[in-house]
Amino acid sequence: MTMTKRSRNRLLMKAGVILALIAGALFAGFPILWMLSSSFKSNGEIFEFPPRLLTEDFSFSAYISILTDPTKVRFFVNSYVVAIAVTLLTLVVAILAAYAFSRFEFRGKRIINVVIVSVQAVPPITLLIPYFGLVVVLGLYNTYPGLILTYMVFTLPYAIIMMTGYFNTLPRELDEAVRMDGAGSMTALWKVLVPIAVPGIVSVGIYTFMIAWNEYLFALTLTKTEDMRTVPIGIQLLMGQHSYQWNEIMAMSILGSIPVLILFLFFQRYFMGGLASGSVKS
Amino acid sequence: MTPTSVDRTRPGAGRLAKARRGSEPYAFILPTAVLLTVLMIVPIVMVIGYSFTNNVITNKHPQLVGLQNYLEILGDPVFHTAVINTTVFTLGSVAAHLVLGLAFAMLLNTPLLSRLTKALFRTIYILPWLFTAAVIAVLWRLLLSPNGVINYLLDSSGIGSGQIEWLSNPSLALGSVTFINIWAGYPFFMISLLAGLQGIPQDLYEAATVDGANGIQKFFSVTIPQLRPIIISMLLLDLIWTSQQFALIWMTTGGGPINVTEMLSTYTYKLAFSRYEFALASTSAVLVLALSMVLAVFYVRHQRARD
Repeated sequence: MTMTKRSRNRLLMKAGVILALIAGALFAGFPILWMLSSSFKSNGEIFEFPPRLLTEDFSFSAYISILTDPTKVRFFVNSYVVAIAVTLLTLVVAILAAYAFSRFEFRGKRIINVVIVSVQAVPPITLLIPYFGLVVVLGLYNTYPGLILTYMVFTLPYAIIMMTGYFNTLPRELDEAVRMDGAGSMTALWKVLVPIAVPGIVSVGIYTFMIAWNEYLFALTLTKTEDMRTVPIGIQLLMGQHSYQWNEIMAMSILGSIPVLILFLFFQRYFMGGLASGSVKS
Repeated sequence: MTPTSVDRTRPGAGRLAKARRGSEPYAFILPTAVLLTVLMIVPIVMVIGYSFTNNVITNKHPQLVGLQNYLEILGDPVFHTAVINTTVFTLGSVAAHLVLGLAFAMLLNTPLLSRLTKALFRTIYILPWLFTAAVIAVLWRLLLSPNGVINYLLDSSGIGSGQIEWLSNPSLALGSVTFINIWAGYPFFMISLLAGLQGIPQDLYEAATVDGANGIQKFFSVTIPQLRPIIISMLLLDLIWTSQQFALIWMTTGGGPINVTEMLSTYTYKLAFSRYEFALASTSAVLVLALSMVLAVFYVRHQRARD
C-alpha cells in the first residue's frame, strides 16, 4: 500500500518536473523558433493574421538576397577579420602573461592581478569617449586595427584569468624540468606547456571570438562607412531602412548567430566549464 | 664542461643569471602591461581630465572649468531619470536572473529524468545566451510589435487585449526592456548554479533527511548555503554588467519614449554622439565608472575571500 503510494507520488513529481521543463523550454525556445520561422516567410506573410509558425510557402529567398548583396556579405567579412585577429592576438598576449602569473613569484603580482580583475568592471561607455579621441588622433578611426586594438580591453583580462587558472592545473614539474635542463623559459612555455594546455586555449579562444563577434558599442562608434561595419551594426542598419524587410532581418540575425552556435555545438563542454568558472561576460 | 660549471667558474655570471631570472616574469607580462596602460589607464585619466573642461574633441582649445560639469549633470532631471531607470532595470533583471537561473538549474539537476533528456533541455535553456544583443533586440521588436505574435497569443488566450504597444507605450516600455533582458541573461546564472548544484555532496542531503528535513527545509538549510559563494559572485557580476547595458536598450527603444527607458549608458552616449557635448558626457561617464568601481571592490574582496 505504502509502496504504491510512494511510486504514485514519484510519478506525479516526475510529471510536474516534465511540465515545468516544457514550460521553461517554451519560454527559452519559442522566440528563437519564431525567428527561424520568420526568416523562411515572405515579408508579406510576417504580420499575416492569424500568425503561423509553419509557413505554407517556405522559401530561402531572404537568405539568398542577403548572401548575394555584396554590402551585407562585407559585414560578415569584417566581423570574421576582426574576431579572428582579436582571438589570435589575445591568445598570444594572454598565454605569455598567464605563464608569468602561474609559474613565477614577482613583486607587484598581487596588484597587477587586482587591476586585471577590476578592469573587467570598467564600463565600456566610460572608455568609449577617450577611445574616440585617441582613435581619431592615431588615424585608426574607421579601420580594422582601431576595432581590433580596442576589443582587446574586453578580451584580455578574462583570457589571462582563465588561462592562469588552466596553467595552475597543469603540473609544474613538466616545464620546470625543461627549464632546469638549460632550455629557456620560452621553450618551456611554447614547446611543453602550450601543447598540453590546448583544451584551455581552445575554450579561451572561443570566448574571445564570441566577445569580438558580438561587440556592438565600439563597432557603432569607431567605424563610419558601410564597408567597415560589422554584423551587429549591419543588423541595425537593416532596421533603419524605410520599409522593414522582416524576413531579411531575421535571416541576417540567423546567419550572424551561426558561428557562435556552431562553436557552441562542437565545444559545449568547454562553454559550460568556462561559464561555470564565472569569469566570462554574458 | 657543462654550461652550469662555466657559470660557476666565472664570478658574477651567476648573479647576472639570477637577475635575469628575476626580471623574466616582467618580460612575459610586458605586452599585457603596455596594452592595459594604453587601453585602460590612459583613457581613464583622459576621461577624468575631459570632465573638468568646457568641451573637448570638437573644441581645439579646451579650458578647465572645475566642477561645473558635475553640477550640471547632477542637476539634470534626465540624469535623475536615467539613474532611477538604470536601478529599476538592473535590480529587476538581476533578481529575475537569479530566481529563473536557480529554478531552471534545479529542474535540470533532477534525478527523475535521464541524462539525455536533461542534456536536451539544457541546450534549449542556454539558447538565449548564444545570441548577441543586436539579434535579441530585433527579434523582440518583431515579437512585441503591435501586430506581433505575443499580442496575438495574449489576445487569443483572453489575457491581453488587442494591439498593445509594448515598446512605445511609456508605461510599458521599461517593463518590456527589462523582460527582454531577463530572457537574454538568465542562462549565465543557470549554468554556474547547475555546476554548483552538482558539486554539493550528496551526504549533506542524506544527513538532512535523517534529521527529518522536508524538501523546502533542505533547500534553505543545504542548497542555498552551499551555493552562497557562487550566488554572491554572480549577483555582483550581473549588477555590474546589467547596469552598463547599452546595445539592447539602444536597439529596442533608444531610451524612449520620452526618456522612460533612458539608462545611464544611453544618456551618456547621447550626450557625446548626438549632442557632441563630450565634456558633459565624460562627466557622466566618470560617475558611471565610480558606480561600477564600488561594485568591483565588493567583487574583488569576495573573490579573494573565496580563494
